[in-house]
Amino acid sequence: MSNEVAILGVGMHPWGKWGKNFVEYGIVACQQALKDAGVEWKEVQLVSGAETIRNGYPGYVAGATFAQALGWSGARVASSYAACASGATAMNTARAQILAGMCDVALVVGADTTPKGFLAPASGERPDDPDWLRFRLLGATNPTYFAFYARRRMDLFGATDKDFAKVKVKNARHGLTNPNARYKKAFTEEQVLGSAMVADPLRLLEICATSDGAAAVVLTSMDYAKKHTRDPVKIAAISTVTPSYPNTVIEMPNFATDSAASVQLPRAPFRDSIAAAAYEEAGLGPEDLSLAEVYDLSSALELDWYENIGLCKPGEAERLLNDGATTLGGKIPVNPSGGLACFGEAVPAQAIAQVCELTWHIRGQAGERQVEGARVGLSVNQCLFGHGSSVIVTK
Amino acid sequence: MKTQVPAIEGWFTLDAEKPHLLGSQCTSCSSYFFPRESMFCRNPGCEGREFQEVPLSRSGKIWSYTNNCYAPPKPYMAPDPFVPYAIAAVELADEKMVILGQVAAGTDFDALKVGMEMELVLETLFEDEESEHIVWKWKPTAH
Repeated sequence: MSNEVAILGVGMHPWGKWGKNFVEYGIVACQQALKDAGVEWKEVQLVSGAETIRNGYPGYVAGATFAQALGWSGARVASSYAACASGATAMNTARAQILAGMCDVALVVGADTTPKGFLAPASGERPDDPDWLRFRLLGATNPTYFAFYARRRMDLFGATDKDFAKVKVKNARHGLTNPNARYKKAFTEEQVLGSAMVADPLRLLEICATSDGAAAVVLTSMDYAKKHTRDPVKIAAISTVTPSYPNTVIEMPNFATDSAASVQLPRAPFRDSIAAAAYEEAGLGPEDLSLAEVYDLSSALELDWYENIGLCKPGEAERLLNDGATTLGGKIPVNPSGGLACFGEAVPAQAIAQVCELTWHIRGQAGERQVEGARVGLSVNQCLFGHGSSVIVTK
Repeated sequence: MKTQVPAIEGWFTLDAEKPHLLGSQCTSCSSYFFPRESMFCRNPGCEGREFQEVPLSRSGKIWSYTNNCYAPPKPYMAPDPFVPYAIAAVELADEKMVILGQVAAGTDFDALKVGMEMELVLETLFEDEESEHIVWKWKPTAH
């Protein structure tokens, strides 16, 4: 039995920084996705919301918040929070209910509106919260962790400042024609390398911003989709795996890794295992990909992702980049959307936005940033507290 | 003369000469944890619920490092004016775990390298009216 569901509709509110209520952005994305699907709000049987934890109670119950905003309809509801993987978790909840035969039509939505500057932990004194403590005791911001990974690429693999800058230049070029991107501006390597150092070796223009934004998809059973369209784009896999013990790569917001002294290392490190689970479910491999959307929290991290999703061996990502393989027109374009470099992060919406992008390419609707002949796309992300996800979208 | 208090209780010994981070070791499977674990062993193959407090190795090798150039938000107590500070991720050889710590004052950032040996020291994290709040840091091992 196939475990495919159809992506019948996709919609996004552009990313930016306006400070409006997150619901306003989400409704725009929902209405666009419903219109794209040719489905009326009344027909939606499940609303699966990705939560925002920076907007109080309405954000914690995002599914119901959007259901109420669209108009109470008696639809089933679910809300999910999984940090950067929230959108994928919300899509997976919908997918599971569809595959179980509990519903045919689901609306999945995530939206956020975010404060300026460094993401700060919850307020008050919270000595039991590792996220609070890493700020208090270490002053370890999110860029601190991104910088650790970048520095290892330099000291172990000979990566240079220029390599990291090149990723930003590539993504900025990709995002120039993306109507939903927040930043539509080309950069030279010199400009990137001339921006202020934030967490050495990462500079301001190499670390993603935080943004307002919203994305939505309409997922349906294959039977329902085939009554509405000839060639429904499909979700072939969603991975939302946790790390395996011992996890020896330091991860936000932790002070320390697990110990590898008593238990054998798992087969693959965490980031690799996220994509591996998706490949396994879909019965595909990295050689099958037409394009990938990866979570470039920093430009250096994109290089780690090339290796984590199996495009090349550890240490070879810079060569793949410098050969032009991951640029539009190359063998395996990565972040044709422009990535987080052009969007910034809107936590609950981002994983859904990655899937919207893959869908547009597979339908041939990606305009000037179209990857020719796209048939299989992979999205992937990873962030903190053991969260990460990957979705494979196919023709 | 201000009193010296640990910035957090029970995470490290207050021995200025040879401080140790205090971890836990599961009495069933010997797995190490830092910060201390007291509830359930986080080795998925173990159901242990008892832990021994253990002083962790005082030295290790740099897994990675960075220099923070912007003041983080509260609850970090940044000095004013702000001065960039380094943070190192150091891998303890015996316990095979990586532990973060700021780098001791006066360390040459450009001399740091992945693989460099570091040892644990105690330094002031911040001062308030009554006390100096002390925290662990990593310092290149003198040779």
